[in-house]
Amino acid sequence: MTSTTLGATAANPREQFQSLMRAVGMLPVLILLMIGFGLIAESFFTVQNFSIIAQQASINIVLAAGMTFVILTGGIDLSVGSILAAAAVVALIVSGIPDIGMLGIAAALLTGLIFGLINGGLIAFLKLPPFIVTLGALTAVRGVARLLGDDKTVFNPELPFAFIGNDSILGVPWLVVIAAAVIIASWFILRRTVLGLHIYSVGSNPEAARLSGIKVWKVLLTVYAISGLLAGLGAVMTSSRLMAANGLQLGQSYELDAIAAVILGGTSFVGGVGTIVGTLIGALIIAVLTNGLVLVGVSDIWQYIIKGLVIIGAVALDRYRQSGART
Amino acid sequence: MSEDKDKAPVLEMRGISKTFPGVRALNEVSLTLYPGEVHALMGENGAGKSTLMKILSGAYTADAGGEIRIGGLPVTIAGPQSAREQGVAVIYQELALCPSLSVAENIYLGRELRHGLRVARREMETACTGILERLGAGFRADTVVDTLSIAERQLVEIARALEAKARILVMDEPTTPLSSRETDRLFALIRQLRADGMAIVYVSHRMAEIYELSDRVSVLRDGTYVGTLERAELSADRLVQMMVGRDISGFYKKEHAPYDPGHVVLAVRDMRDRHEGGRVKGCGFDLHAGEVLGIAGLVGAGRTELARLIFGADERASGEVSIEGVPVGIRTPLDAIKAGMAYLTEDRKGRGLFLDMSVGDNINTCACSTDARSFGVLDLVRGRTRAVDAIRELAIKVPSPKVNVGALSGGNQQKVLLSRLLEIHPKVLILDEPTRGVDIGAKSEIYRIINALARRGVGVIVISSELPEVVGTADRVLVMREGEIVGELGGHSGRSITQESIIELATGAGSGTAEPLRAAA
Repeated sequence: MTSTTLGATAANPREQFQSLMRAVGMLPVLILLMIGFGLIAESFFTVQNFSIIAQQASINIVLAAGMTFVILTGGIDLSVGSILAAAAVVALIVSGIPDIGMLGIAAALLTGLIFGLINGGLIAFLKLPPFIVTLGALTAVRGVARLLGDDKTVFNPELPFAFIGNDSILGVPWLVVIAAAVIIASWFILRRTVLGLHIYSVGSNPEAARLSGIKVWKVLLTVYAISGLLAGLGAVMTSSRLMAANGLQLGQSYELDAIAAVILGGTSFVGGVGTIVGTLIGALIIAVLTNGLVLVGVSDIWQYIIKGLVIIGAVALDRYRQSGART
Repeated sequence: MSEDKDKAPVLEMRGISKTFPGVRALNEVSLTLYPGEVHALMGENGAGKSTLMKILSGAYTADAGGEIRIGGLPVTIAGPQSAREQGVAVIYQELALCPSLSVAENIYLGRELRHGLRVARREMETACTGILERLGAGFRADTVVDTLSIAERQLVEIARALEAKARILVMDEPTTPLSSRETDRLFALIRQLRADGMAIVYVSHRMAEIYELSDRVSVLRDGTYVGTLERAELSADRLVQMMVGRDISGFYKKEHAPYDPGHVVLAVRDMRDRHEGGRVKGCGFDLHAGEVLGIAGLVGAGRTELARLIFGADERASGEVSIEGVPVGIRTPLDAIKAGMAYLTEDRKGRGLFLDMSVGDNINTCACSTDARSFGVLDLVRGRTRAVDAIRELAIKVPSPKVNVGALSGGNQQKVLLSRLLEIHPKVLILDEPTRGVDIGAKSEIYRIINALARRGVGVIVISSELPEVVGTADRVLVMREGEIVGELGGHSGRSITQESIIELATGAGSGTAEPLRAAA
């Protein structure tokens, strides 16, 4: 493949269309889903419903953003659902302390960060496979969550940060504001910082990264810490909405939705390729699908089946589309 | 073998084109192959050799309009399976074996013999034993492939081709990973296969191999067919001219200034690796500013291992490194880079480049940290300027720094990797096989860069298996054998640098012995 001819045909309209398609990724699927549901369910295209979708998506967006960092390095974090539960229990316990209840937010973030650092430490220093480490953490941290809450649901009807889950700022729900801020910050880190470039480098070729003087351990530790921290943030968002946390049930299988969003967003499972905007679109597809199926009146059982098939189908479509464009 | 011309061709490819989005990789290429000939296929990287072979093997489908005939009959090669059924077997550079399976299981992969549901392992092994004996293999059919050397794995691939009754065998640079003794053995086998009537397409960059083996040579350039030479017409000048389309005589020559080295920029003492038995056994040397120091030796002599130890890429058992007289404790590549060293790996794709990232990102990998503003925010403008400048200075053929580096030819990829290292302005630059898999045009560019760096006072180490390259670029040469530095040529040693003197030291034999070390034209 002579590279001299690369430039010559770049103006070809079909080429341009293909590169545009690669850039927008799964956006057409999202739009088609929205049009479909809009035609079937009248109440779909309403401001109120969109607000509901955005709020439902917000927690998954936050978790999926953290997951994007991890998967970009070729790893996986199966423990985010459990970390979210543990951090939420901690948040509620701390929120009950008189006068300093707001510290519950910091406590949840810190809890998430610590579990993330433990995951990252085991992966970066002991060189254990991410799947194994976070699979273990999935179970162990779930146990910690139950232990912390004495295996009961922790309530706080006077939750000092309840506004996060229930109020809006300038008409936009706080949950949505947080999710948007996380996406913007993630985009900035991945695209505009040395850390971001190093994350892509480690995912693309870890040995080349090491030989280029990149501290691979530091990058790995950081991405799992970010994922844990964002799980802690997810815990603040969930608990502020529910004003309660149950170590056993909260966050069950959240990691799967987060992974699905990242994969739908076109991020490669082997690392090195992917975007945070893709993840956002992936998370929105899942949220629109869930919301739309409810509006249309599909039973709970069929919702599961349809969601699973759409995820597989969308990724299959993406592979097919890209294989046509690949040289 | 001109008498083969009387036979009917076993393969005719006519008017084969292949278009990828944005690239016309092949344009109306033809190739005719007779039974019992070794047909060399040459061309610079990116000339279309691999694409043509991938069409033959069914990995790619050609554009409509061309024709492929095997044994005189027009065929459609729809996929790898159909290529195999037509009698085409391909041995790629990256061998396609399952390491955890036995030799017999690999040979029969996808076509296992069965008794009902059960795999007939015993029968497969018996059938393979005959083929392995014919090939003179020193291992058994039930050996697990994982335990075999690269040369032995190649034999397994050839056995697989024979078992499938292949009539056309394509070999893509088969000698790259082999030692010279293994190469000789492979050549003997190729001659035996040729005598048995196999048609062999031999893809290679190495002139010496082409001379030794081939009956005819076809040359591709920029996706077009340039011509075919009979054995009698072969000459290095002519081939090179066909490949590059211009005269490049005096290619390896460098202006040898009188040897006048600067201060010692790198001193290495008593370097040993932790490997059992040892691959590097107490090596030490000095490198001067402005000097190009060649390190020569046979494959497996420990040259790459020594370089990696110096650079901190592998753990060492002992050894000290000083830069400009100051001892530096180097434990990781990062330490080495901070001390002013850069290392170009021999494994460009596996350990060098980030293939699915852009040319710009690949160039800026190291420099971006120092360029960055506070909080590690990238300086995009500076990064882009660096990339654009590097692309211009090193004449990298790419329309924009945003193109993925994986889409470039080998020579251009190498220049990208090299410019990443140059951006950290090293005092010591270690280049491990700097022109491996690189086309001739890029080769001369890389030599130009090496000379320019040395003139600027950088100490450059060139590790190379290509003797003419060592002789042509180095001011002084260290020769390694079995993990030790066994001799020095050039410099103040009083011995001149010649291919013969290097071979003598590298093999530990007199110059009369026949251990040809990758000597090229």
